[in-house]
Amino acid sequence: MTRAGSGGLVVEAEVTRGSFTLAVSLAANAGEVLGLLGPNGAGKSTLLSAVAGLTPVSAGRITLDGQVMDDADAGTFVEASGRPVGFVFQNYRLFPHLTVADNVAFSPRARGLSRRAARSAASHWLDRLGLTDLADRKPGQLSGGQAQRVALARALAGQPAVLLLDEPLSALDAGTRLDVQAELRRHLADFTGPCLLVTHDAIEALVLADRLVVLEGGRIVQEGTPEQIARQPATDYVAKLVGLNLYAGQADGSRVALTGGGNFVITDHGQHGDVLVALRPSAVVVSTEPPQPGSARNTWPAKITGLTLLADRVRLNLEGQPSALVDVTPAAVAELSLSPGSQVWLTTKATELEVYSGSDGRSAEPHDAAAP
Amino acid sequence: MVTRTAPSHLTARERARRAARGGASQSVPAPLLAPALIAVAFLVLPLVGLLVRAPWRHIGAALSGSDATQALVLSLWTATTTTAISLVIGVPLAWVLARTRFPGQRLLRALVTLPLVLPPVVGGVALLLAFGRTGLIGRYLNSWFGLTIPFTPLAVVMAETFVAMPFLIITVEGALRSADQGFEEAAATLGAKRMAVFRRITVPMIAPSLGAGAVLCWARALGEFGATITFAGSFPGQTETMPIAVYYALESDPDAAIALSLVLLLVSVVVLVSLRDRWLRGGSVP
Repeated sequence: MTRAGSGGLVVEAEVTRGSFTLAVSLAANAGEVLGLLGPNGAGKSTLLSAVAGLTPVSAGRITLDGQVMDDADAGTFVEASGRPVGFVFQNYRLFPHLTVADNVAFSPRARGLSRRAARSAASHWLDRLGLTDLADRKPGQLSGGQAQRVALARALAGQPAVLLLDEPLSALDAGTRLDVQAELRRHLADFTGPCLLVTHDAIEALVLADRLVVLEGGRIVQEGTPEQIARQPATDYVAKLVGLNLYAGQADGSRVALTGGGNFVITDHGQHGDVLVALRPSAVVVSTEPPQPGSARNTWPAKITGLTLLADRVRLNLEGQPSALVDVTPAAVAELSLSPGSQVWLTTKATELEVYSGSDGRSAEPHDAAAP
Repeated sequence: MVTRTAPSHLTARERARRAARGGASQSVPAPLLAPALIAVAFLVLPLVGLLVRAPWRHIGAALSGSDATQALVLSLWTATTTTAISLVIGVPLAWVLARTRFPGQRLLRALVTLPLVLPPVVGGVALLLAFGRTGLIGRYLNSWFGLTIPFTPLAVVMAETFVAMPFLIITVEGALRSADQGFEEAAATLGAKRMAVFRRITVPMIAPSLGAGAVLCWARALGEFGATITFAGSFPGQTETMPIAVYYALESDPDAAIALSLVLLLVSVVVLVSLRDRWLRGGSVP
């Protein structure tokens, strides 16, 4: 996947912070959103910090479009202010004393544009992110979603070659999160350079990232498309995190017609239109006989296409309407004598289905591929 | 045996007050109350004395009759100049102390803040030995440039700066230390070089502390006595500042001394009111 040494961002480095060492080798291509997943303390933010030039690497090098940003052996180092990087921080770090317009104009101005040119560059980005009405507000007067957009506009206004996003949605409440997520996805699609996105939220990773790198304890434990990782998680952590079935569909009250085929009964909260339905692999029951039908239940036949043994569970890869990842105990595999090719019945309660509405309708594209 | 207190009566008003404060009993034990009242009396009575003895009827005459106007003007401009100089050289020093690491930094910080605890008269003697006509530096200033500093208005400014600037430095240094450096990092990733970060992010963010430090520095400079009289003397119109004028007027013209004191008291009250949000609430400096 790496375009040998030329385009995109290439990190082959170690970063030491106290007793913690991050040792990674990764590449992100132009236009690609690389999701960095991992538990707290895995080194995700340290990696962003090294790419931005806020932390020097202790060994190895970082190059961007073939240009060396940091090389421990050669002693080359480009200061943070000299790197073509756009950084969206976790809590946004909007300058509280500047207006929204001045926050967005900050980078063009700092990178040498005249005051007027910087203002006009800022107004372009404000317009593009729908922030024109908020231009004269101070960051303290913004909602979480608005602040997130301003942070993105501020980072993009400097015309960066690489975009770094550190848990861009974690500061938002659940209600606005999906709206902002759909919108963020649109803006990331417009960005032409490589993008690193740190998250520890599975849905965020599945919806926003093209490819995932999973970090644990400062090391890469797995790398691949969300689909690959969900099918064959390398560690138990990855299995719990990424093994989420995510389906796009059309809701109509208590029913969802799935885009990829099949139907779900959901708890009726009056949802209509485009929705995402998330289902945890551990929330599905597998049986070899057709179960008793129930009103608030979803039951459908499926065929096992693969089994992966994890630390304390077996992940089944099932093909059906819809397909699904299901986690069962090793004992259940033996008891039901499950093997590839077995025909089984899947059952899940309506209450186990988490339904997210308000998506932009594009969620049906690459990432329901994450759900098999 | 555990002694139990008999229930006492709690009025509805007291209940509401305690509930609002979230605290238990607010009554002060007698062994604390008496000394506290003595302390209050000690601090307040002298000021009452000043107000009672003030020549209210002919205060205008008392103020204009002496060298008061001259002294007031001198005090105001020297204190203001001192504050300006302290901002120009003290804020960069505060930044260096707060944001860099180098050997001997702790010693430097101790030396810089020494004037806070040093008797001002000692500061005056030290300035005289350094910048006096035959002083360490003063002798060269004198022989090369024909410049004599002691007993000039410049000496007043120098004495005041020596005593007052550390107040600004420690206030600003504290603010720089507690300021969220995440904003400065963000500015760096947006392409701002270190000086631009300082000018556009750091200074605006610590502006409240900068203001408070400047006011504190100004007030301290206005009241400076010991270092000034030692290093600059007391020539009316030249180096006789308000506190020095008060001191001399007390012998020759007590009414003028009281009137001048009232002016200084008024200035102090204004300063305190301007800082009320920061210190009178008992919170820490942000």
